[in-house]
This record gives sequence, C-alpha cells and structure tokens, in this order.
Amino acid sequence: MVIAEAWDSRATWRALENTLAASAGSVVISVVLGTGLALALGAFRMRGRVAMTFLALSPLLIPSQIMALAWIELAGALVPGPNPIYSGTGIALLMGVEHMPLVFIAVRAALKAIPADLIEAARIGGASQGAILRRVILPLCLPACGAGAALAFAAAVGNFGVPALLGIPGRFPMLTTLIYQRLNGFGPSILGQVAVLALLLVALAGAALALRALTLRLAVPVPQGRPFERPRASGMATAAVWTSLILLMVTPMLALMGTALSPALGVKLGLDTASLQNFAQVLDSATIRRAFVNSLLLSVAAAVISTVIALPFAWLSQVARNRAMRHLDWLADAPFVVPGTVLALAAIMTFLPPLPVLGISVYGTPAILLIAYLARFLPLALRPLSAAAASTEPALDEAARIFGAPIRARIARIFAPPVAAPALAGAVLIFMTAFNELTLSALLWSSGNETLGVMIFSLQYEGNSTGAAALSVLSLLLVAGLALALDSACRGREGILPWRD
Amino acid sequence: MASIDLTDVTLSFGGTRAVDRVSLSVPSGAFFSLLGPSGCGKTTLLRLIAGLERPEAGRIAMDGRVVAEGRSFVEPGERDLGMVFQSYALWPHMTVAANVAFGLEMRRIPAKDRVAEALAMVGLSHLADRRPHQLSGGQRQRVALARSLAVRPRLILLDEPLANLDAHLRQSMLAEFRRIHRQSGTTFVFVTHDQNEAMAISDLVAVMDAGRLQQVDSPQALFDRPASAMVARFVGAGRTVPVDVLGSRGGQCDLLLAGHRLSAPGDAPPGPGWLCLHARDLAIDPAGIPAEATGQRFENGMQMVHALLADAEVDIPSRAPVAPGAIRIGIAGGWVIAREGAPACHLSVASAQ
Repeated sequence: MVIAEAWDSRATWRALENTLAASAGSVVISVVLGTGLALALGAFRMRGRVAMTFLALSPLLIPSQIMALAWIELAGALVPGPNPIYSGTGIALLMGVEHMPLVFIAVRAALKAIPADLIEAARIGGASQGAILRRVILPLCLPACGAGAALAFAAAVGNFGVPALLGIPGRFPMLTTLIYQRLNGFGPSILGQVAVLALLLVALAGAALALRALTLRLAVPVPQGRPFERPRASGMATAAVWTSLILLMVTPMLALMGTALSPALGVKLGLDTASLQNFAQVLDSATIRRAFVNSLLLSVAAAVISTVIALPFAWLSQVARNRAMRHLDWLADAPFVVPGTVLALAAIMTFLPPLPVLGISVYGTPAILLIAYLARFLPLALRPLSAAAASTEPALDEAARIFGAPIRARIARIFAPPVAAPALAGAVLIFMTAFNELTLSALLWSSGNETLGVMIFSLQYEGNSTGAAALSVLSLLLVAGLALALDSACRGREGILPWRD
Repeated sequence: MASIDLTDVTLSFGGTRAVDRVSLSVPSGAFFSLLGPSGCGKTTLLRLIAGLERPEAGRIAMDGRVVAEGRSFVEPGERDLGMVFQSYALWPHMTVAANVAFGLEMRRIPAKDRVAEALAMVGLSHLADRRPHQLSGGQRQRVALARSLAVRPRLILLDEPLANLDAHLRQSMLAEFRRIHRQSGTTFVFVTHDQNEAMAISDLVAVMDAGRLQQVDSPQALFDRPASAMVARFVGAGRTVPVDVLGSRGGQCDLLLAGHRLSAPGDAPPGPGWLCLHARDLAIDPAGIPAEATGQRFENGMQMVHALLADAEVDIPSRAPVAPGAIRIGIAGGWVIAREGAPACHLSVASAQ
C-alpha cells in the first residue's frame, strides 16, 4: 500500500531522477579532478607536494554545508543577477569537488603500488614519458579509478548538505532532501512513506558499491616491488596544479571569509568596512553557544568511544582471525552503504518507541545523536586500525601467546603500541568530521540539543547568511587548527595522516 | 652483437660505493656473466649498462659509441637493448602478445610476425592471449625473454632471471638461454649470485666483490687460476690454506705448508701466500701432510671429510667414512697466489732456507 503510494507520487520520481542526474554529473567531475590531481602529485615530483595534497584532500575536512555556503558566496560575488549555483548543475559541481578526494585517494594508492620495474621495462622498450603514462601507468590505475568513482557515486547519492543548501532554495529536490522535507513537514507519522524513499537511496548506494567490488575483483593483480622513481614535473604543470587547487579550494573559502567580515548583507567589503560584528553577534547567541558545546561534547565522545570499540575489534578480526568478527568487520562498513539520512531514519524508527526494560525513549535526547554518530563514524576508526593490524606480523602476537600472555596483555602491550598513532589520527579525524555533522543531526536534533551543523543550516535558511558565514568560519578555524596541530605532531612520520604519505 | 666497454665506472648510494672504478670489456656476441655475492654491486653494474642508472664517474661505451660519460647520456630506450628483470616486470594489464609487441610498437615496427616469431622461439605461441597472472613462473620468464628478443636488440641484459624459479626449472631455463643465445647471436650479460649458473653457461665470467671487479676470465680459468682469495673461495666451493711461498719457477711454486715442503702451480712472489684448493685436488693419502678430521657429510655418493689443514678448513673426498682424528692429506694440484695484506717477508721463509 505505502510502497505503491510513494511509487506513484510524481515527487518521488522527480527526486529520483534529480538524484541520478546530479550524482552522475558529480562523478564525472570527481573522476576528472581526482585522477588528474593524483597523477600530477603521485607520478611526478612537485614542489610543495604536502601542501598540495592537503588542499586536494581538504574537501574531506570541510563539511558539505560549509562548502555549499562558500560556493554560494563565491558564485554570488562573481555572477550578477540570480545565483546560478542554486541548480542541478551547481549541485553536481559541488558534490563533484566534495567527493573528488575519494577518487584521488584510490588512484594515488594504485599509483604508489606500481612497481618500478614495470616502468623501467617500458623505458628499455623505448617508451617516452608520455607513452609510459598512457600505456602503463594509466591502465594500471584504471580499476582504482573505477572503484573510486563508485564510492563517489554512493557518496553523492547520500549527500545531504549540498542539496539541502542549494537544492531546496533552487527547487531541485533530491531523495535526501525530500526525506528531510517530508519528515520536517509531517513528523514521524509519515515514517512509512519516507522509508520507501530511504530504500531507494540504499538500493542506489548498494548498487554503486557492488559495482566497486566487481571492478576490484576483475582487476588484474599487480605484482609488488619497490615504488618507481618519479620524474620532476615541469614548472608549467606545477603552476597549473596550484592554480586549479587555489581556484577550487581556496577562493570559495575566501568568499566565505569575505561574507563573514562584511558589515551587512549587500554592503561592499573593503578594508575600511570589514568588521567582526558578525562573529560577535553569533557568539552572543545562547543557542549558538549551546550548539558549540553540544557538538564539542558529542564529537569528543564519538571519537573516544569509536576508538575504544575499534581497538579490540581490529585485534579480534585481524590478529586473532576470529570468523564472526571478520563478518562484523564487513558490517561496520555498512554506514558507507547506508546514506546518513537513512541511518537517521533507522535511528528514529528504532528508538522512537520506549526502550524495553527501561521504559524511556531516547528520541529527543542527545543519546540518539550519539548512537547515530557512533554508527556513522566507527568505520573511520576501524579502517586505519584494521589496515595497521593487517600489516603487523602475526608472529608477534603468537610469540606473546607462547609466554602465556592473557588477551588483555596481548592487546594492550603487543598490539596497541604500534597502532597507537593511526588510532589517534583516526580519532582526530572522527572529531573533525563529527564536529560539523549535519546529515544525521538535521533529522535527530531537538530543542536544547542543537548541533553546530544544524545551527549553520538554519541560520542560512532564515536568510542570515552573514551569520552563517561567520559561524562556518569559526568552526573551520577550529578544525584547521586541529589539523595543523596534528600535522606538526606527525611531521616526519609518514602514512599516518592522509596528506603526508 | 654489441661490445661493451666500461672505463672506471663508479656509482655510490648513500656514501657506499656500489660500483667502484670498474673497467671491463664485453666482447661482441659473448655470453658474459656478472657473478658475486648479494650486495656486491653486480645488479647496479647491469643497471648502469642498461641506462637505468647514471654513473658518477667513468665512461660506458657500446660498439665504440659513448652512451654515458659526464653529461652525455643515452636514454635506455635508445641503447637498443633488451632486459629480463628478476621479477620479470610483465605489464599485468596487457596480454602476453601485447607485452611482447610493446617494444616493437615503440620502435614503429610492424609487430604481428615478430611477436609470433619471438613467442615461437621460447615455445609459448599457444599462450599469446593469456594475461601474465595466469602463467606459471617459468612461463613468465619465457615471456620476459620473448619480449626482449622481439626487438632483436644488440644486447640482452638478464638480472638474476632464475632466482625466482624452482631448482629443476633453472636447469632447463639455463639450457634454453644457451640455445637462444646461439640462435640469436646477441650479446648476453647475465647477473647471478649462483656460481654454478655462471660457470655452466658463460663464455666469460666477471667476479665482483664489494663494488670492485675481482677477475674476468673463462669459467675454466676462474676455477683453475683464481686471481684472489675471494674468487678462490667463491668459485667451486674453493678453500684457501695459508702457505709460505719460497720461490717460483716456470709456473710452479715451492711452498712450505705446516712445515712440509711441496710444489704447486702458481706464480706468486716469495712471501706469505694462499694455496687455493678444490675437492678434486685432495685425497686421503698416508704419505701426505698431517691434518685433523673433524667430521663428514655424504654428497654425490662420496664422503666429504671436513678437516683442518694448517688451521684452514678443507673438504677431502673419500670413498669410505673416516673417523675423526689425525689423518694425512695428499695434495695434487691447486693454485698459489700471494696473500694480500700480509707482510711481504715471513720469518719462516728464512728459517726454512
């Protein structure tokens, strides 16, 4: 009944169509940008590679609602008349930039795995640098590129921040925003109908990830070997990479900064008119201060609890090779398949009725936010830990077993010390992501439990874009400060932070 | 069909000289081996010849044309050579035929016939459409060789090509290399740490140690007349026994070994020397020099008796087992060289005379 109803609805069809079109468009942008940047930074030696890599990965640290705000300001400042960013094209462009790092990371890893002798054999065969790139390097990166594209598609389908800020005012509904608007408009009574939309989302993301698994399975195995030596990039190429990175990553942030500093909407910004009054106004609001504290507590809790859960989890699945745990390991990846909006819906459906035994409902309390955050971010802690655990020598643990060390000691004294650094990096990444979370919070927040992401979104929604910009800048500064602190702590140790490889 | 001339070629990595003032000549059409323990610089020397590394100093010439000296450098693709890598380095995303055709396409040579011919030469015509990961180690090895042969280079470089193969496959691949070398007439330079491989297959063997060239000679000459103690010990499980050379005349040296006088081939100046011995030079002999048997192992149907002769270890073949304790060893042959680093004059020389 409910399914047929939703199926017949024209709004559903339109949202599905829009979701597919905008996501497909964004994948093209992600693939072109991500592959190009990975090749430039991974196959050549360039000056300022760490800074460039950081910029290329920065969309991972910048939440989509802030990215959207920044581009709104940039496009508004550049183009007179109606802002062209409030459209399907704008959404595709932004999601393309935002999910570019997924392709970038996949292609970069594939590049790093190409053994030197494959390149040297081509050189001996008489291939020019261009021919080596075309005939050897690019084809070897193709499977990774396809896998990254599938990830980018799944991420685009589940993206909420960009369509929420661009699609709602631009009347370009997508599945995620349709769910949000229905729930906001009609409340939990409409859950059944909305669940059908959620299933559509899961099917799309699931299909993309199945495609990814297939791509990786069909790829030929690349033999191991020492990494190849990268030729120095020409000055022109370096300049081109810098230009595109600055245009795509830095200028929108400058536009956002400009809005945050402008005295009032529409007043031209100059050195004489710049003011901090927007910041003062934002910090003056008790609600916003409360949201700051809420987000801070929630994200710290999510980071700490995720890491504490992930540590024994990674040990059991990778070192102890526990079968049940290996399946759970796969299950922990589910949040990547399940878009945030769907996860939030599931959380509402599960926790709206009072908990058994206790007889109280966590719906409308911060607990439901924390539970959803944990479900969402556990993989961020688990992934680097399992990777580190998989690369440790199993004999180390076996040697401790021979001496009769109990499991607790084996985890704490043998397993944990070498993986502490990636675990810490994972925790900080969770904190940075959770601090600005919007997708889950938008559906799960309640009065008194606002989060920073929700605050920025509603400020913009109310038309207070200078306030939204100021709050965005504040939270970005906090995240950037944290990233820099982490960077200096990890200096000289490679492979822990994604931008220091 | 290319000759190679290296003059004082040097290359260091992080302060250590991987290749240290090496000069050698590879005659055109030869099967030439670079032999030495791991880390001796032989692979670096091969990569210098290939053009994958640039020498810091010295000159490399092929057929009289300088390919590396100072600032002038010929890229590997323009040296007209083929290389078989230790890992085979087959491009995993290309079929066997595409791997073999690659070099031809780069040289704009019609590939079809030449690919078929090269695959036929290594006996893999039926696998042309497979991918490398579907092949066995020995088959990959043949594809790598076919890929080098297809462009009909002047020179083929082989970097430990047998290291990743099973023992029984090695023998048949060695025979294959020899056949293909004869058929193609191309110069082969073969890097290996296995002296059996090098001795079995080469016209000439260059022995390297710690970046330096020790000796370049035919396998027979390396075995019979090693130029240094390192070569003597490295080739054919050779042993070196300290002796005092009393004098030499007409290619024979008079020696004092553990107080006994004897004569052995060699051309060493009077003073401390090494007597280089192989198992074939030794026998249990009641009239021989006293030694101390310490144990034995069974090998190729013979007992190899371990013994200490003048505090140096030697292996003596024997048909019957020998009890540990005092024995006597007869020496027939060997080769005498000067002992490096020892004082030129030894007291016992004077006392013996």
